[in-house]
Amino acid sequence: MSSDTSQQQDLYAAPGETSQGRVFTVTGQDWDSITQSIGESAEERVVVNMGPQHPSTHGVLRLILELEGETVTEARCGIGYLHTGIEKNMEYRSWVQGTTFCTRMDYLSPFYNEATYALGVERLLDIEDDIPEKAQVMRVLLMELNRISSHLVAIATGGMEIGALTVMTIGFRERELVLDLFELITGLRMNHAFIRPGGVAQDLPPGALDEIRDFTALMKKRLPEYAALCNANPIFKGRLEGVGHLDLAGCLALGITGPVLRSTGYAWDLRKTQPYCGYEDYDFEVQTWDTSDSYGRFRIRLNEMWESLKIVEQCADRLAGLEGAPVMVADKKIAWPSQLAIGSDGMGNSLDHIRHIMGESMEALIHHFKLVTEGFRVPAGQAYVPVESPRGELGAHVVSDGGTRPFRAHFRDPSFTNLQATSVMSEGGMVADVIVAIASIDPVMGGVDR
Amino acid sequence: MTDKPDEKVDEKAAGQAKDESDDKTDANKAARPAEERNLEAAKDATGTGSGVEQPAPEQSPENVPAPTGEVRAVGVRHGMFGTSGTGDTSGYGGLVAAKIFPAPSQKPYGGWFDEVSGALEARLEATELTSAVESVVVHRGEITFHVRREDLPFVAQMLRDDEALRFELCSGVSGVHYPDDTGRELHAVYHFTSMTHNRRIRVEVSVPDSDPHVPSLVSIYPTLDWHERETYDMFGLIFDGHPALTRVLMPDDWPGHPQRKDYPLGGIPVEYKGGSIPPPDQRRSYN
Repeated sequence: MSSDTSQQQDLYAAPGETSQGRVFTVTGQDWDSITQSIGESAEERVVVNMGPQHPSTHGVLRLILELEGETVTEARCGIGYLHTGIEKNMEYRSWVQGTTFCTRMDYLSPFYNEATYALGVERLLDIEDDIPEKAQVMRVLLMELNRISSHLVAIATGGMEIGALTVMTIGFRERELVLDLFELITGLRMNHAFIRPGGVAQDLPPGALDEIRDFTALMKKRLPEYAALCNANPIFKGRLEGVGHLDLAGCLALGITGPVLRSTGYAWDLRKTQPYCGYEDYDFEVQTWDTSDSYGRFRIRLNEMWESLKIVEQCADRLAGLEGAPVMVADKKIAWPSQLAIGSDGMGNSLDHIRHIMGESMEALIHHFKLVTEGFRVPAGQAYVPVESPRGELGAHVVSDGGTRPFRAHFRDPSFTNLQATSVMSEGGMVADVIVAIASIDPVMGGVDR
Repeated sequence: MTDKPDEKVDEKAAGQAKDESDDKTDANKAARPAEERNLEAAKDATGTGSGVEQPAPEQSPENVPAPTGEVRAVGVRHGMFGTSGTGDTSGYGGLVAAKIFPAPSQKPYGGWFDEVSGALEARLEATELTSAVESVVVHRGEITFHVRREDLPFVAQMLRDDEALRFELCSGVSGVHYPDDTGRELHAVYHFTSMTHNRRIRVEVSVPDSDPHVPSLVSIYPTLDWHERETYDMFGLIFDGHPALTRVLMPDDWPGHPQRKDYPLGGIPVEYKGGSIPPPDQRRSYN
């Protein structure tokens, strides 16, 4: 290290931490000054710190890349920048409130977080068979709509990172349509807390089925645009084909599930193999590809959106015959007592319900108060009911000690597990392909760090 | 429910309270007679004792939903509103209820559970490790093998490689901290999936807080690399043999292991219009 550079204070390393080599802090200044100072150096080996604030690393993911020229010799991930202690926080809230925390983990697929948690709690409560049919169909509907919106973001941001900006703009355009449906059905675009232990929070609003049918009709016109833009595009294929290769043995050793596993040709999808929420009643195909690369994963996501559309249509048909059916378990000791309604000032507690508890029935008031403040007790034990999220196996390990709050809730997030494949997917390849490989894993840092 | 399991609870819970009173406050000593009275009363209420049979209200804490078959008590729950002393005038503060977890099951476990446990036992007998599996719990349609920690790598290897088992996929390890489970406070819980046979099992290892070492399974299931790091990070479980057991979610220089029960949640009181609301872990709440 020359005396000139050692005089400069490096904000990111204390003296002694960088005992070898020179340190260049790149913060968006003129590249010429860096290339000039590197110019004389004979050394080809460079360690590049990328992120955590880099637009191509899918949120706050930090990559530490060791490069020989442009070839990656070692790739490591630094995670934890978005750790918010959701699992710990859930231990201090009631079982129902837990839903509002876990929905915020993987923010691109919130319904899956809620669903796996709710399914685990329901198994502990032993009410799995008592969940009304309409609640199950609505869960499937929301999860499949969510799969479409999540895959759209995966394709959109993946395209943006390799310079295909049109893919990004049309991806977010269509995602907006899905978010509009979410807003119509749950009241929120994300962080819904809609799927709750016992069922779902609210019945379908009037007109929702028409909106869903309009959406599926529109998507059938829009989805071919992605295929036309990308499937045979030589630049797109050139960037994706053969990049991020991981075969079946590698996937199983690293615990990789979801589109990455299915891109090896293995049709493992929990919706088919271990059905939950009544998935066995729907007609759809598990999508696979046989190239084990980023291109295959892109095609799988594209095809899965078509399958999700098929499931959404079947849900809409079933919901048309379930008008007025209950959406929450009949057990009044578990079901949330209050119902929401649209008033003159927006959505709030139903005035009928307020009149009932405040004016008509003291028992109803006590019941409401007990259930809202204390919540219900869940028998002691543990359960693990995974679901097939857009990224793979997402499961909540729920432990109860018989109390009104989760004793422990741990989420096995597929992004967290799949991100471990970064090094095997990118070492030995070009530095530009690291971005493509990570985009094909589609990690969501909210889920990775929780 | 027969008399026998009830007595078992009684004994264990009382033993638990005795253990606690050694290292905790004197309040426990005072609570002990009350606890015994309460368990007596609970026994009467189930109709097995000589007392008058009376229907119990479903949601009261002394009537935690009845476990099926045998039970295992881990610690006790005091009161109902999270307060003690003069703040609680409801009379519920004196309640004592055992925390009862599902107890070991007896064979046959039913369905494919017997095939899995049979195949595993055959392997263990062949290597004279018959005591590797301490107990098996079947609860809510899920099977849990409680495995002795020193035999965990062997069991995992068998689970992965045996043709009749073939648990190719490990869904990770999750720590659970049971401060009241004396001598086995820290649990490491693994979920395994057999894609060949489409089965799912759980393996649980319990270690004392004073010696939180568990053998690492990274060499058998490489996916556990980050999962074991996370469990170390959050619970302080040390996975011997892990290639680089460092923190993964918390900063490297973070003190303590945040998801242990003795680690406070943190937070500050929030003031609003003259009132002050304490942070969630210090609020009055139901327990």
